[in-house]
Amino acid sequence: MNVQQKLEILADAAKYDASCASSGAKRKGNGEGIGHSDGMGICHSYTPDGRCVSLLKILLTNFCTYDCVFCVNRISSDIQRARFTPTEVISLTLDFYKRNYIEGLFLSSGIIQSPDYTMEELIQVAKTLRTVHKFGGYIHLKAIPGASELLIKEAGLYADRLSANIELPTQHDLVQLAPEKKSTIIESTMNQILTRKEEADEDRRKSPQAPKFAAAGQSTQMVVGATSASDRDILTTATHLYGQYKLRRIYYTGFSPYPAADARLPLKATPMMREHRLYQSDWLMRFYGFTASELTTPEAPDLSLTEDPKTTWAKAHPEFFPVDVNAAPREALLRVPGIGYRNVERILSIRRYHQLLLDDLRKLHVRIKNALPYLITVDHLPNRQTIAHESQLNAQLDLFAPVSALTGSV
Amino acid sequence: MKRISLEPDFNTWRDAARDALRLGYRPEEIDMQDATVLNTLDLALETSDTPTGDPITTPHTSKAFLESAKFAAVHRDPQRWNLLYRILYRLQANRNLLKISVDPDISELERLESQVRRDLHKMHAFVRFRMVLEPGDPNARPIVVDESTPTEPEPHHLVLATPTPFGLSRTELPHCDPDPNATPTPSQPDTCEHFIAWYQPDHRILPLAAPFFAERFSIMRWTILTPDASVSWDPVSKQLAFAPGLPRESAPAEDELEDLWRSYYASIYNPARLNPDAMRSEMPVRYWKNLPEISLLPELITKSQSRVSAMVTTQQQQPSAQPFVPAEHNLTAIRAALPSCKGCELYKHATQVVPGKGAGHAKLILVGEQPGDQEDLQGEPFVGPAGKILDRVMNELNIDRSKIYLTNAVKHFKFVQRGKLRLHQNPRMSEISACRPWLLAELDAVHPHVILCLGASASKSLLGGTFALMKDHGKILETRYAKQVVATIHPSAVLRARDKESGEKLYNFLRDDMAMAWQAAQKPVLTSV
Repeated sequence: MNVQQKLEILADAAKYDASCASSGAKRKGNGEGIGHSDGMGICHSYTPDGRCVSLLKILLTNFCTYDCVFCVNRISSDIQRARFTPTEVISLTLDFYKRNYIEGLFLSSGIIQSPDYTMEELIQVAKTLRTVHKFGGYIHLKAIPGASELLIKEAGLYADRLSANIELPTQHDLVQLAPEKKSTIIESTMNQILTRKEEADEDRRKSPQAPKFAAAGQSTQMVVGATSASDRDILTTATHLYGQYKLRRIYYTGFSPYPAADARLPLKATPMMREHRLYQSDWLMRFYGFTASELTTPEAPDLSLTEDPKTTWAKAHPEFFPVDVNAAPREALLRVPGIGYRNVERILSIRRYHQLLLDDLRKLHVRIKNALPYLITVDHLPNRQTIAHESQLNAQLDLFAPVSALTGSV
Repeated sequence: MKRISLEPDFNTWRDAARDALRLGYRPEEIDMQDATVLNTLDLALETSDTPTGDPITTPHTSKAFLESAKFAAVHRDPQRWNLLYRILYRLQANRNLLKISVDPDISELERLESQVRRDLHKMHAFVRFRMVLEPGDPNARPIVVDESTPTEPEPHHLVLATPTPFGLSRTELPHCDPDPNATPTPSQPDTCEHFIAWYQPDHRILPLAAPFFAERFSIMRWTILTPDASVSWDPVSKQLAFAPGLPRESAPAEDELEDLWRSYYASIYNPARLNPDAMRSEMPVRYWKNLPEISLLPELITKSQSRVSAMVTTQQQQPSAQPFVPAEHNLTAIRAALPSCKGCELYKHATQVVPGKGAGHAKLILVGEQPGDQEDLQGEPFVGPAGKILDRVMNELNIDRSKIYLTNAVKHFKFVQRGKLRLHQNPRMSEISACRPWLLAELDAVHPHVILCLGASASKSLLGGTFALMKDHGKILETRYAKQVVATIHPSAVLRARDKESGEKLYNFLRDDMAMAWQAAQKPVLTSV
């Protein structure tokens, strides 16, 4: 089998992993090899599924001893198998990088022989790229759950980012669909990465010469829609993982059918909108001060597919609004539908010198239609009835409720 | 109104602006025109061009303004010089002006700046280098000629010579003199590889973009050509050299790696998630001409739908024996119907189907994996070497073979022919599932107290694809097929054991599990109320 055929098989097998980001690690050009990253991440192309191509994302091999039902590479799947040699992956990475096709390498693998053996193979590629070729581009390695702590430590020396995949939102789902995987083992690998990273960061505070460890932190991914787990379950797991292991990102991959899938799986792809709503909620949790429990309710555990989660929350909380754009604190502004994180920063900066009018918000590209019922500007006072009506709650609004203390409005 | 014409260069504007401030020109009294734009609107409704404002000799600027202005200056908007002057003038009175994004001038400045930044980002992303000279093969590339001039007989005097409608376009490339005695290292490659890209940015950003490529590809010899200007990097002197612009035809037409890259592009895309609008919003069509992978797009997009339907159909039309199984589940009917089964491909090669055998109402049913060579020839289950092991166990335990029922999860022999030998092959999951209706019909007919699964395939058929045999063998499990299902190793595992010791260990597993299953089968079944 030639490199091109292997590439076709092993890139095809890697396409179900959502993460392809190359952001979060600044690496200066070292003058000895090719490669640098300015920390922003660059997408060099886009595929017709709308996803960006930033990294050479491949598996070292799609042979796998595990039998995870949702996975195309499971042992019982009737697919064509291939295996790259580390040298082949290294040349591909360097050749593509030199032509400015990619930002670096995202290397994952089916589990062969044992987690340790697989991890060693992945490390060898990254180590050769960094030490022999002085490669300065981005490297994302999969941390194989259950691999030994020493190997995880070594992997972080060469990789910008490590990720151990949680795979499915709940332990129950894992038992059903990925019997060889245990959330405890996956999480202990995450914990090893966290511990080592904190040690390394501490060392670097003492001496800038101390080696970096996975500068872009760790991420994980979970498949959504292969099981009946609700968005509430998913967001709860996400909160737990962000809190416990300081993950930089969680990727949600909507389940999509693939050739020769197990008959127990759904035949249709999870709506892309569900994935989108989860990312929106994830964003709200990380940057907007929302908690998972606010975004769904036990009665309606799934996010709306037709309405963004911030608007859903706003409709259910008329007591919080309206928010005065010219006086409210950051935390309150962040909760107004239609105003994004960057615009909150700009509003806070502008209002020190200039009283904001509705037209000003328009200039900032605030989504006025969404935001109008929830905010006060110098020339706009919303009709409180509208909010009450929209929320479909008939709660009496108290003019003297302590809301004003929070929103700063009268 | 005073009119001045400015070259597209930030420092030129800076000097002109400093002069204008010193002379006291108010923004509405001066028109700073872009020298690259032909101006025919010189309607000389001449008022006076004398400045009326106060002279400003020590103008105030801020770092933030200079930073933004540097980006806005390379924008192609012909009004940018006037805009920058107006903001600079207003900054003298209002030092917080820049923070008021909603001010029309500031919002315009921000617009220009962000367009330039985006253009820059896209250039970093979409420049595609093509390699034009491989080591030791200076003549291989038609577009690069290796000229030596009488005055300067360099070994590699590279000229990029391209036929264009206006004659031959020539671009001098930096010299390359690899030291033949030096050992090549990644940092000092012994090559004259030269990477050339052609790119057309929206704005005049080449000087802003070049340092990025210089840092990233510092050990590579490269050139970027744009219609406005071109820039080359010398990895030895670490110098950027700017030169005039060149047409697209001056650049190499292709790179040998482009097919490989296209393979990657086609494979990494998931047809089940087709979303060309999202693609176009991030990668607008105007960038496409530069990207080798774009030639695949039409086919990838049009074939997505059919690829997905094909996948779904395959998943739905997994092979199944169901249509061949008789409605009435009794052993006679089942035996009669079995030979006609074409539920999966296996019937094509086997000599005959191998039905189950034993007592019609046995309390214990043994389910093996698949008939072997002997079973296939004789048409009976467990008559080969594995059957002999089974007989030995049953003798030891005093189990009468005629009191139980023996069958297989898959009813046809699967093998590969090697000369005269027919080598057994494990059935696939899809074949086990296809054959399951027969097994279920037999279970329904016999209605045993206990099912004993022999080996992983049978266990997976009845206990799910994820059942772990060595961990859970010998445990009584309840499934929807029977209240008591026990799994143990297949007798052939004893035959395949590495050595005598492990063979005995496996044999003991088999005997103990069978003894347990047999005992359980003798007890009356507790039916839950």
